[in-house]
Amino acid sequence: MTLLDLVIFLPLAAFLLILFLPKEHVDGIRRFSLVASIAIFVASLGLIGPYWFGNPGKFVFETDLPWINSPAIRYHVAIDGISLWLLLLTTLLTPLCVLVSWRSVQKRVKEFFAFLLLLEFGLIGVFCAFDLFLFFVFWEVSLVPMYFLIGVWGHERRIYAAVKFFVYTMAGSMLMLVGIIYIYNQAGTFDYAKIMAGLQNGSIASSYQEQLFLFLAFFIAFAIKVPIFPLHTWLPDAHVEAPTAGSVMLASVMLKMGTYGLLRFCVPMFPVAARNCSGWIVTLAIIGIIYGALVAMVQPNMKKLVAYSSVSHLGFVVLGIFSFTQQGFDGAVYQMLNHGVSTGALFIMVGFLYERRHSLEIDAYGGVATPAPRLATVFMITMLASIGLPMLNNFVGEFLVLQGTALVNFRWAIFAAIGVILSACYMLWLYQRVFFGKASGEVSGLRDLDLREYAISVPLIILMVWMGTFTQSFIPSISTSTAVILGPVDAKRDVHVRNATHGALRAQQQQGVLPAKESVDAR
Amino acid sequence: MYLWLIPIFPLLGFLLNGLFGRKMPKSMINLFAIGSVTLSFAWAVKTLVGLGPLEAKYIEHYFTWIQSGPLQINIDFAVDRLTAVMLMVVTGVGLLIHIYAVGYMADDDGYYRFFSYLNLFMFFMLVLVLAQNFLLLFVGWEGVGLCSYLLIGYYFLEQFATTAGNKAFIVNRIGDFGFSLAMFLIFRHFGTLDFTKVFDAAKSMPSETSYGTLTIICLLLLVGAAGKSAQIPLYVWLPDAMAGPTPVSALIHAATMVTAGVYMTARSAAFFTHAPIAMDWVAIIGLATAVLAATIGLAQTDIKKVFAYSTVSQLGYMFVGLGVGAFSAGIFHLMTHAFFKALLFLGAGAVIHGLHGEQDLRQMGGLFKHMKITAITLLCASFAISGFPFTSGFFSKDAILVAAYARAPWMYWVGVLTAGMTAFYVFRAWFLAFLGDYRGHAHPHESPLVMTGPLMLLAGLSIFGGFINIPHWLEPMFAEKPENQTLAWISAGIGIAGILLAYVFYVAKRGLADSFAKAMNGFYTLVFNKYYVDEFYNAVVVRPLVAISRIVLWRGVDAGLIDGTVNGVGARSRGVGSILRLLQSGNIRTYAAWVVLGSIVALIAIGFVGGSR
Repeated sequence: MTLLDLVIFLPLAAFLLILFLPKEHVDGIRRFSLVASIAIFVASLGLIGPYWFGNPGKFVFETDLPWINSPAIRYHVAIDGISLWLLLLTTLLTPLCVLVSWRSVQKRVKEFFAFLLLLEFGLIGVFCAFDLFLFFVFWEVSLVPMYFLIGVWGHERRIYAAVKFFVYTMAGSMLMLVGIIYIYNQAGTFDYAKIMAGLQNGSIASSYQEQLFLFLAFFIAFAIKVPIFPLHTWLPDAHVEAPTAGSVMLASVMLKMGTYGLLRFCVPMFPVAARNCSGWIVTLAIIGIIYGALVAMVQPNMKKLVAYSSVSHLGFVVLGIFSFTQQGFDGAVYQMLNHGVSTGALFIMVGFLYERRHSLEIDAYGGVATPAPRLATVFMITMLASIGLPMLNNFVGEFLVLQGTALVNFRWAIFAAIGVILSACYMLWLYQRVFFGKASGEVSGLRDLDLREYAISVPLIILMVWMGTFTQSFIPSISTSTAVILGPVDAKRDVHVRNATHGALRAQQQQGVLPAKESVDAR
Repeated sequence: MYLWLIPIFPLLGFLLNGLFGRKMPKSMINLFAIGSVTLSFAWAVKTLVGLGPLEAKYIEHYFTWIQSGPLQINIDFAVDRLTAVMLMVVTGVGLLIHIYAVGYMADDDGYYRFFSYLNLFMFFMLVLVLAQNFLLLFVGWEGVGLCSYLLIGYYFLEQFATTAGNKAFIVNRIGDFGFSLAMFLIFRHFGTLDFTKVFDAAKSMPSETSYGTLTIICLLLLVGAAGKSAQIPLYVWLPDAMAGPTPVSALIHAATMVTAGVYMTARSAAFFTHAPIAMDWVAIIGLATAVLAATIGLAQTDIKKVFAYSTVSQLGYMFVGLGVGAFSAGIFHLMTHAFFKALLFLGAGAVIHGLHGEQDLRQMGGLFKHMKITAITLLCASFAISGFPFTSGFFSKDAILVAAYARAPWMYWVGVLTAGMTAFYVFRAWFLAFLGDYRGHAHPHESPLVMTGPLMLLAGLSIFGGFINIPHWLEPMFAEKPENQTLAWISAGIGIAGILLAYVFYVAKRGLADSFAKAMNGFYTLVFNKYYVDEFYNAVVVRPLVAISRIVLWRGVDAGLIDGTVNGVGARSRGVGSILRLLQSGNIRTYAAWVVLGSIVALIAIGFVGGSR
């Protein structure tokens, strides 16, 4: 039993324990959930060990046990540099979500925290499962609690939003399940490593046609989850109706299931199909970046605004992945984490505002900075992180993604960079309308942050600065793992130096300083 | 040499005042704010003295910021002669303005907030000038933009201030869009963003005669510079930025931040000298901006707006200098401009302070006898900006104009004409404010020593600063340009003519100006309304973008097309609907049963498929 197994099963154990607690003791349940989720976070910190003290460059904390004999489903879990940080993001946000829900959840408290921990169990599992069926089980396990979090503890149109969320994701899951079963039929195994080997030596999905269909089956499932334009319309509804904790887990972690799936399964399992489809996938990603930002700009509802901004931000992640460069991959993974931290923080702070004023409409606010200067400050820092200010986290991810993209196709980078301009437009405008101006009516009496809210915001803000400044705490471990995935699909393999104009340039390329690449066609 | 200490002092000041300033007495806030900038200035002086003549660039490496594949970005600081000039200007003028602000902001409620932002600005500005690679420069670049945004919107209860802040940030983002694309291209072609490596490689490249890589890079850098340094077509944010407190206008929107584009262009001289087409663009945009802003400046009635347009115009001069290859002249003018423009704004601030917030020139007049120090120091600045012989502006402006003549005589003549206009509108403002009879209703008074002290120091620098021979100091980096005494005297003569004309219009023959404005009504209205550029941008870019986003994208595509299709599919398939209705029983046990049932079905399905093979 490794530390990873412990981290995976602790949330399940906590979930089961909560079920046995008497539901009248709401405070006890809250405290138990907080202690349990913090304990899980502390335990998960131990997973960093191998990466900070050395760089393993392979999977660590591996456990491979038979679960079901026929069909051969194995409990095969491990982590690499990509899984590690997504897992830590999950374990970090869960205790914060417990704190966020401390007062705001008043009905069915026991069930709420139980579902939150079950959700954590599913999400952790998704990021470290290396058996396709096990992955699918965790994928579905995470879906159910989220459905309830939205459907039971949401706002007025919660049922509509929850069903929409469920049906959308289920539609994708079914396609993925078909793909998984198809592969099992040919390979006789669900094991990731064996399937990768089989796909490479042609014993599975030998024709390109098969590969393409399998790629699409997985891709659509993940694309819905990301979400990639035009499959995104479930997201704004789900966010608006979800309780704060639901929004946070949804935006920060669940969306990353999609991008993680793309990077872990779609690209390495079907490299040729992925390369061939990259043109239109990148087009959709760029449309998503610009479209999400423009639609975010005109939203009258704060949560919808942040939801559409997620569509825009996740577009960068997809763009990075389908640029097939080291910088693009690293940037994509980093951007997943950044978005988790800063958008999670944005939803938390919108939740703070909602707890005070009981409205998500931007028009209901104005001048909040006067009665609540500390809230205004933490919101400001979070906003700046979100719009990619240097020394805060998102900048590094966006820079790497755009730089990677520019190496492959400069035009893509031009269009995608427009999204960076637009993000400033919608966020600054939001901030101005909510926080600046003279406070009047109910707004002038809003209270400032209390201790509990500080405890939630300060760690996130420290993380934003840390991730933006001491980037090398994270990137080396990510880079070694993405390099493995990049190997077979690297963009520089098949792009030739068409007309390198200058000797110095060519010499640098020969020395391997520069990736070989087409000359600029920016004109 | 611990170069990192130079920016870290103001950062500490920012943190201390920002985190604890609310509960601290003003003396403590002053100690942290002024003390940190003083230390920073002192350390910069000590470093430069220690480094001596700086024949070679001095570089310090701290740590790797980002490493991904062959892309490596370091946190490296470096000092060469160009950075030395910038360090002195930023810390020196910055310190004076910090001291002045103690008096100017004395009665403000957000005292600690103001000084923490100002210190944060110093931090980012120093990072900008010390950076040894493009990305680190970009850190400072965006950071000063942030501080500019925060300080323009400092009076956040007023909508016009926060709107001006947003405008500044967003217009700068458009410039940064160009800058970042330039960085992507630079890395793509040179495999690094490190200044030394990139520029060494660029120096060995041939000069480009068409729109090749270097030219594209330079034009994209120019987009960035035009945003930060308020050049056509992105200058529109700077006049609005005057919504911020006056010390901010002096420090950020006149002396230092807005010159970052000039600094960056001079820093990238190795690129620009190999891309003559881009150089021409720089010169022409600079010249056009200088003329356009000067004409607008002729008709403004808000004293800060006059100086704001004058800043835009003077920045245009600097770009002319860069564009004609006189990089050292551009930097020279950057320095002298920092002296006299900071002084103009601080003087204007003293006037506004003495009039309890009045900024309209029509409500001033006859202030000379009430505030003599302010009036005389402002007069020094006005002479300097007009290029009056042997003041600082005389040397730096003429260095630019002479170089422009060598490139193309018509550029020189346009520049001279603009110099005449500059002299005219600056003295117009001075005459309107200080001579004649008082037209306002406040009780004018002179400012305290904490404000007039910096004014007097800056007046000295404005008059004598031209004897600091920057072009000679920068000669190892940029070739020095030929001198031409005749041309210099012609432009000085035109400047004096402008001063005399202003005297005739606004002192000797009052009313002449009004009748003149009436006679040229069409032009006057056009200029008074700033050529309707803001209105044009609003009508052509902002409003259509918002309308399209709202009506076409959100209501049309998102709610209509996509959701309509999805819900339509749902509505038509009754079977799906009825299953969904069962799912929505609201009973948790039922839900759980569904999950179990689903899992069992899935397992059976797998077993069936698995068994069949």
